[in-house]
Amino acid sequence: MSKELNLTLQVWRQNGPDETGHFETYRAERISEDMSFLEMLDIINEQLVENGEVPIEFDHDCREGICGTCSLMINGQAHGHAKATTTCQLHMRKFQDGDTIVVEPFRARAFPVVRDLVVDRSSFDRIIEAGGYISVNTGAASDANLTPVPKEAADTSFDAAACIGCGACVAACPNSAAQLFTSAKLAHLNLIPQGQPQRFERTESMVETMESFFGSCTNHGECHEACPKEISLDFIAFMNRDYVKAKVKNRKLAGQT
Amino acid sequence: MTVLDSKIPEGSIAEKWENHKFSSKLVNPNNKRRFEIIVVGTGLAGASAAASLSELGYRVKAFTFHDSPRRAHSIAAQGGINGAKNYTNDGDSVHRLFYDTVKGGDYRSREANVHRLAEVSVNIIDQAAAQGVPFAREYGGLLDNRSFGGAQVSRTFYARGQTGQQLLLGAYQALAKQVAAGGVELHTRTELLDVVLKDGRACGIVTRDLISGEVVSHSGHAVVLATGGYGNVYYLSTNAMACNVTAAWRAHRKGAFFANPCYTQIHPTCIPASDEFQSKLTLMSESLRNDGRIWVPDAFDDGRAPNEIPESERDYYLERKYPAFGNLVPRDVASRNAKTVVDQGKGVGALKNGVYLDFAAVIERDGEDVVRAKYGNLFDMYANIAGENPYQVPMRIYPAIHYTMGGVWVDYNLMTTIPGCYSIGEANFSDHGANRLGASALMQGLADGYFVLPYTIGDDLAGRLGESVVPTDDPVFVEAEAAVANQVDQFMSIGGTRSVDWFHRELGKLVWDYIGMERTKEGLEKALSEIPALEEEFWKDLRIPGSAATLNSNLEKAGRVADFFELAKLMARDALDREESCGGHFRAEHQTEEGEAQRDDENFAHVAAWEWNGTDSVQTRHEEELVFENVALTQRSYK
Repeated sequence: MSKELNLTLQVWRQNGPDETGHFETYRAERISEDMSFLEMLDIINEQLVENGEVPIEFDHDCREGICGTCSLMINGQAHGHAKATTTCQLHMRKFQDGDTIVVEPFRARAFPVVRDLVVDRSSFDRIIEAGGYISVNTGAASDANLTPVPKEAADTSFDAAACIGCGACVAACPNSAAQLFTSAKLAHLNLIPQGQPQRFERTESMVETMESFFGSCTNHGECHEACPKEISLDFIAFMNRDYVKAKVKNRKLAGQT
Repeated sequence: MTVLDSKIPEGSIAEKWENHKFSSKLVNPNNKRRFEIIVVGTGLAGASAAASLSELGYRVKAFTFHDSPRRAHSIAAQGGINGAKNYTNDGDSVHRLFYDTVKGGDYRSREANVHRLAEVSVNIIDQAAAQGVPFAREYGGLLDNRSFGGAQVSRTFYARGQTGQQLLLGAYQALAKQVAAGGVELHTRTELLDVVLKDGRACGIVTRDLISGEVVSHSGHAVVLATGGYGNVYYLSTNAMACNVTAAWRAHRKGAFFANPCYTQIHPTCIPASDEFQSKLTLMSESLRNDGRIWVPDAFDDGRAPNEIPESERDYYLERKYPAFGNLVPRDVASRNAKTVVDQGKGVGALKNGVYLDFAAVIERDGEDVVRAKYGNLFDMYANIAGENPYQVPMRIYPAIHYTMGGVWVDYNLMTTIPGCYSIGEANFSDHGANRLGASALMQGLADGYFVLPYTIGDDLAGRLGESVVPTDDPVFVEAEAAVANQVDQFMSIGGTRSVDWFHRELGKLVWDYIGMERTKEGLEKALSEIPALEEEFWKDLRIPGSAATLNSNLEKAGRVADFFELAKLMARDALDREESCGGHFRAEHQTEEGEAQRDDENFAHVAAWEWNGTDSVQTRHEEELVFENVALTQRSYK
């Protein structure tokens, strides 16, 4: 049989965005070390339902680390202490019997709490809407192999495209900055030939939309440490370079001055 | 005489889609803005449809119950997407992809639809590459292909093990562009709870805001359901937690026929459940079977660790029974054999619910480094979830549900039996027959959304120019809203003792045991008596704490589980009536001497489409005959 743990949880409960939240203490008894963190919360919720109490709301869906829906600050760390792991893939064997675990929502002004541990990350969608795409209407594409993409560029672009949009970067940042998220999308699209026509327009628009929601980057690097997909800080430098270039290139009649 | 008109166009198989496009009526570009289209679901099918329709000029309202369209479960698809590009010069063609898909579907799909799917498969690759989807590339910068099950050519395009993620992000970004341009009105955290009809035609939907609990109506000239498959009826599946049948089912209750619900697909290499509270199963690439050897102990309830069991006391049952294919028999054969040995009491692991997949032989032959280079990421994933080192201890695997071929019946235009209501992607029944080939789900979702629906929807709308949408204060909407609100109240007021998860888990066990990998007449009859009994208890003993006016995930689940109960009964009935084995539907009574699926083409070469007759009556079974003019029907063999 697998090992069992007895834990104390301090969980943030909050009825709505404008309500005051507080910590509630729960006992998690006989938790199998093979369970995921979210399955442990499922068990707490089953017990709450059994006792007629209101279950804890938390975001989750695929439970295989790819959809980016799950979140949580676990003992002050986004997605917990295990490296390159989303909360849904965090297993209880990473904890010790008798531990006290503090569970909070992602904290950022741009991610208001919806209820309990659920936050609203739609500001990320606004950043994508500001230019995180290549404008090619359905049917307008030419044969895929007419546009060769150097393998190195394609691979680096992919490393950036692996972002799951979970928001851990923002939650981990002391400034609640979204540079890692934004730069990942910019690098994905700006590094490949298909993304060149809109490169600088995209960069300016996405960066400025980002700044309307989020704090500024002061190079702590906490975002990369917290990122479950280990998105590289290099992309932030790449974004900053492109932003400076964009400021020049996007000026009308720039070519004549 | 059937009541179903599949509207398959005239002409030879290669000309049908071309002829159909030409004979379809068109909506003038300036008139498209006068039509409102509702798209429910924002996965591959929904996002691609919403974006494409909006680009054409239609006014689109898109709905998702997620917090963002990018969360849809299409994102979890790993392997790849087929496209008949023949970039590898190995003899692929549209016709070959068509042929492989019809054969792979065990001759239970509609030839005309499958051919169209193969035709547009090449456009999907072009579209996705232009969007910046980072497909794998060769050093020359051109696209790479790999081979996949059920095909003898390399036609699968892939993006590492995250093809679904990258294709979904491509479609999501196309959608985001249209949202920003004002062409799509996006509603997140909003769940469809009813489809509304006026004078027999779909005129809108009723939704619930998952945060405020508000019940609201939306009207449109057409309604498109792109809401995925129903694998979560089994509780444990590789689907995401929120995947459900609700939109499809509520449409079914309003008149959309539901086709072939018994066609469900099992994936043989998933990580088995570790305890009663396991919430979902994780799939691992089937490629592991290339080098792993599958075995169980000879002895029943053998308590020894795997490495302590000598060779002579192991049963490599696939190698023993299928010497030619061995561990590489098709998905369904591997799955059924695993079930057989586990049912015999030879299962391994604490819960005796798995079989070993052992890499000791290949590690000894090629060394650990070679194995790590090939399967490193999969071994890491296994070690993280199972807590065991697969380089030293054999993996434990067991089959799990991961795709459903059945779904809402649609004609060639992807319209359901409710005029004005369409269904696309995994939610509909078309294209895969009784079994889906690998790398074909992404292809179908995007084919429907990018390249089929945008053409076919115009044919119906063209004749409705000048018709205004039904206002949402019309009695049909008021009544539908009242019914939805009433159901919510009902859930909240049962005040029983058991959680919705408890009922879902119990339902899942029944569906898995009786309508799972292997079905028998006796088991299906049991399902038809035990599922209604549990359903009755559900409506008496359910407990939903909290309020309906806030985010309440237990309340959301209650509606979904209520629909799963009704679906499960229909699955059992469909499986009982289909007195043959085909693809994912295996009736123990119908097998060849070698234990293979035995089709009955004379009596069952048809689609079974079920018509709702009210909560208290059994659905009526309709048949759509399947005509095979281009592919000869044969029997599969893997000896």
